[in-house]
Amino acid sequence: MFGLTAPELARIQFGFTVSFHIIFPAITIGLASYLAVLEGLWLWKKDTVYRDLYHFWSKIFAVNFAMGVVSGLVMAYQFGTNWSYFSTFAGSITGPLLTYEVLTAFFLEAGFLGVALFGWNKVGPGLHFFATIMVATGTLISASWIMASNSWMHTPAGFEIINGRVVPVDWLKVIFNPSYPYRLAHMVVAAYLATALFVGASGAWHLLNRRHTRTARTMFSMAMWMVLVVAPLQIAIGDALGLNTLKHQPAKIAAIEGHWENRPGVTVPLVLFGWPDMESETTRYAVEIPYLGSLILTHDWKGRIPGLTEFAPEDRPNSTIVFWSFRIMVGLGLLMLLLSVWSLWLRWRRRLFRSRLFLRYAVLMGPSGLIAILAGWYTTEIGRQPWVVYGVMRTKDAVSNHSALTLSTTLIVIIVMYFAVFGTGISYMLKLVAKGPQAGGPGDVASERGAQSRRPSRPLSAVPDSFDPDVS
Amino acid sequence: MGIDLPLIWAIIIGFGLMMYVIMDGFDLGIGILFPFIHDRHDRDTMVNTIAPVWDGNETWLVLGAAALLAAFPLAYSVILSALYLPLVLMLGGLIWRGVAFEFRFKADEAHKPFWDKAFASGSYIATFSQGVALGTFITGFEVTGGAYSGGGLDWLTPFSLCTGFGLVAAYALLGSTWLVMKTEGALQDRMKDLARPVTITVLMTIAIVSVWTPLSHPAVAARWFSLPNIVFFAPVPILVLLVTWAILRTLRQDSHAAPFLFALVLLFLGYSGLAISLWPNIIPPSISIWDAASPPESMGFTLVGALFIIPFILAYTTWSYYVFRGKVRTGEGYH
Repeated sequence: MFGLTAPELARIQFGFTVSFHIIFPAITIGLASYLAVLEGLWLWKKDTVYRDLYHFWSKIFAVNFAMGVVSGLVMAYQFGTNWSYFSTFAGSITGPLLTYEVLTAFFLEAGFLGVALFGWNKVGPGLHFFATIMVATGTLISASWIMASNSWMHTPAGFEIINGRVVPVDWLKVIFNPSYPYRLAHMVVAAYLATALFVGASGAWHLLNRRHTRTARTMFSMAMWMVLVVAPLQIAIGDALGLNTLKHQPAKIAAIEGHWENRPGVTVPLVLFGWPDMESETTRYAVEIPYLGSLILTHDWKGRIPGLTEFAPEDRPNSTIVFWSFRIMVGLGLLMLLLSVWSLWLRWRRRLFRSRLFLRYAVLMGPSGLIAILAGWYTTEIGRQPWVVYGVMRTKDAVSNHSALTLSTTLIVIIVMYFAVFGTGISYMLKLVAKGPQAGGPGDVASERGAQSRRPSRPLSAVPDSFDPDVS
Repeated sequence: MGIDLPLIWAIIIGFGLMMYVIMDGFDLGIGILFPFIHDRHDRDTMVNTIAPVWDGNETWLVLGAAALLAAFPLAYSVILSALYLPLVLMLGGLIWRGVAFEFRFKADEAHKPFWDKAFASGSYIATFSQGVALGTFITGFEVTGGAYSGGGLDWLTPFSLCTGFGLVAAYALLGSTWLVMKTEGALQDRMKDLARPVTITVLMTIAIVSVWTPLSHPAVAARWFSLPNIVFFAPVPILVLLVTWAILRTLRQDSHAAPFLFALVLLFLGYSGLAISLWPNIIPPSISIWDAASPPESMGFTLVGALFIIPFILAYTTWSYYVFRGKVRTGEGYH
């Protein structure tokens, strides 16, 4: 297809499926913790605004979670179907980590999700709160294991290669490999940030339309506090991950910066914009700020980083792509920082809910967290190339023996289906958001029906959550 | 010699896959039965019997894949790349029906029938593909130098298509008897009517596969029909007949849970029959669990967690089923 080789098609297929997938777990991680906080506040303060928000976001969570489960299922099989040599070679490490994720996280989430979503009237409030916390805990445990596996592929440690296969010799070193703490923190905080921006945009949208004012104010205010804390935190973590990457994957940093060679007596400038050209080994049209690159990358005015030409051409990642994906991520991060500082200013001036310009900005920033997550993942994964396990196994040696025809066929099927299914799902999520929180809810339903039936009905049976045709 | 890690892992993975077949079996079965039920409220009731538990059921399939990668990376690589196309179809079917759980309640009126069709067709595709994968697994894979060396369409055989149909019937049996247990009134009666022909179909498929497998696989024939094995294994087919009779009998009586429990036993018997046929190969026809095993460091590390955590998983899964016990009635809405 389009003259692409089988390994390229396999990479596109993996990149496509994992890009769709990551959106859902990121929102799942953020919303699960948010739901736990909301339910805790409801039990503590008995203010119905928290209960209504809980039920509002749990419906969106349900749609999102279902899409995360089914798109994640694909990932668990794709390592074998498309990357069989990688799985044979390194399954002894990635397999146990994935198995621990399933055992400690997936079952926990799935086991308690049923009660969290459907059990509001079937178990006591304490037990229901416990179920919500278990779901949230499960999402964080899940991130911990999968990030261990991913980080190991970036900075492999604690293993030997015996008879052409990886053998783990020290599991603590495997799991707590050199980049693991940074990657895990960066991903979890990214999930919280993306969710806060999404929740904030939903609140801002309703405030702009002057609907659901009380619940909208609460969620908007909570989201802006969250952004205020995690946006600067994320920038600090990102900086630390950058230093770590410079130490372990210098070629990736050189590619991100479009930095080709060190000239005598000149420190590393910060290339704001430009077009890295892999053929001519230069960054065209570069707009540079002297010294700043050294300061940011090494925390030293006179620091140096290796240039890309110091690496053999077959060991270089594609600078053109990661240069730009990185700048998209950082640019969005700076816009998030602006949002957080602005929100603090408006809150101090007591105009947080009234500045229409700010509310519009918050709506626009709704998807920015997810876009930044995708851009960040493209940067780190394309920046790892040409390796699948950094310095140990090349991507071209990892791929299964499928023909380009087979891969093209499945790729087309997957692309059509993903856009149809997940596009529809995302549109349903947005419609639920647009519909807004409903007052009352299952708590009230239970008290009405409690007298009639010993076994109370399913939650929200009085509040059909389908859309009116005129709404949708 | 220490503990036989590959043996223990084969048992754990076998257990996990059996849990999957049984549990996702009845909820895929609900989708398979959808075309026979036209009433909107009945369909909602059917889906509501499984809505709180389906993703837990599907997690066993993820465990199967992950544990296979951890314990037998070679088997994971060879089997999954050989079954690439049926697995893509299976995953597609599971996505299609998985999102339909949510979408068929969230869609506007005009699109609800569409997601009902998606739920049913996804369930058929996923089940049929699993059956095809099973048939291909029984037949075996061409392996050269530690990698699959057969063609992309080797899985497409009359035998694998037969096992594909067989699994559709088996899941329909689990689904219909599950609904006999979980529903009441007209819907329950309809399920009792459907369960009878489905039971006969399952029995016939088991018979066909049981005759076909040894005829085309001499090693399987030798396993079953040599002395003293034939004496040890004879109870399996006899029990299959007895259990089938029990399902049909309890369906005629006023018992609610018994047909489902007997259907579980029937599936377990079929499953153990397969295990007898293929043991100890994990990549049939000739690579055993010991040949495909991952290093003991990997198996041991994962085993500690598995033995400690699986009991907890079983405990809270049971609790979740207990919370949602009893009949599901029409009009009991969704979340």
